[in-house]
Amino acid sequence: MADKIRVASASLCGCFGCHMSLLDIDERILELVQLVEFDRSPITDIKTVGDCDIGIIEGGVANAENVEVLREFRKHCKVLVALGACAVNGGIPAMRNSFELKECLEESYIDGIGVTNPKIPNDPEIPMLLNKVHPIHEVVKIDYFLPGCPPTADAIWTFLTELIEGKPISLPYEQIHYD
Amino acid sequence: MSEEKNTFMLDGVAVEFNEGDTIMDAALRAGAYIPHLCHNPEFTPHGSCRVCVVGVNGRQVSACTQPAATGLDVDNGSGDITDERRRLLQMLFVEGNHVCPGCEKSGACQLQAVAYYTGMLSPHFTHFFPKRAVDASHPDTAIDYNRCILCELCVRASRDVDHKSVFSISGRGIGTHLTINAPGGKLGDSTFAATDKAAQVCPVGAILPKHRGYDQPIGERLYDKQPISIVGDVATRKPGNGGDSHGG
Repeated sequence: MADKIRVASASLCGCFGCHMSLLDIDERILELVQLVEFDRSPITDIKTVGDCDIGIIEGGVANAENVEVLREFRKHCKVLVALGACAVNGGIPAMRNSFELKECLEESYIDGIGVTNPKIPNDPEIPMLLNKVHPIHEVVKIDYFLPGCPPTADAIWTFLTELIEGKPISLPYEQIHYD
Repeated sequence: MSEEKNTFMLDGVAVEFNEGDTIMDAALRAGAYIPHLCHNPEFTPHGSCRVCVVGVNGRQVSACTQPAATGLDVDNGSGDITDERRRLLQMLFVEGNHVCPGCEKSGACQLQAVAYYTGMLSPHFTHFFPKRAVDASHPDTAIDYNRCILCELCVRASRDVDHKSVFSISGRGIGTHLTINAPGGKLGDSTFAATDKAAQVCPVGAILPKHRGYDQPIGERLYDKQPISIVGDVATRKPGNGGDSHGG
């Protein structure tokens, strides 16, 4: 048997909903693991990404760590995929782009309802926030986009199986959704 | 009197037209779908969104403003035309703030539906992330300027049908924006009413009835199962048949 296709995945500024939707392929995951081996992923809990055939990114880019992880994925993955609304266009987190970062932090940590001990966190372990949340194609080259919040399990299944088989991606109408 | 019919070719199929028809008029009557956003057959064509671009004898024109003429060879379905429309849609998406997962219009939005129809999977371009306001001053209707695509359907409806001229377009170039004819520029201070024609024509979620939310759930809305080429424009359907603002 030929070597399995290596797949890595990460959630940047997302809600893990796209990864949950991936798991929602149910028993088809047994077929999937016949074809692929997971590298770094929330599923394996491996922390660093090795050389992979396919990298799957959920979430947009909101902080310095997101930028670093995304660049590592681009360096190590032959094909990089934007999975879900946040990776594709920033999604819900990008709604903070309507405000200054300072306003967002003050609302959360200083002026917000129920805030006690008001102070904006500045521990060096916390990644620095970017001024704006960006879709991942604004930071590195992306090869494929799969929109949806989240993309349905069926859409993810169609996409992955066709990609692995080397076919052109042909999503049926009802699998293309932005919501 | 001659009974010979006026026809032109649309993707290789003969389409009949009447004197004074545009390509869009004739195509709509023949049941052929040409993607469009700023066009609504009830109003004077505007030709501004350019999504109805078609190839005519080697030139690109907007189908909603181009008069039909005998012998035209119209390309509506080639890959090149679809690519061009997708690029136009991508520019519309990055120019505003179109957050579909957070929009009550999602699933019954014509911008989304036309983008699905052209197979748009990404915005491609760099987002502008403009800072635009939301006007919730009116008791029945909210205006979210983040989603306005400047189709001017509300401008035309308010002026030509409601005879109120509540809406107009102001500014130039990238600064072009929708304004409201009221002393403070707020919808709540204008003569606008939720029963106005202008409240029924917005192809996106920029003019949105309040208190409806997700009464019609996501997944059961007009464009969730079938493409716009089959179910048509949300604004021209009858209420209860997918024709209310939320696709119910």
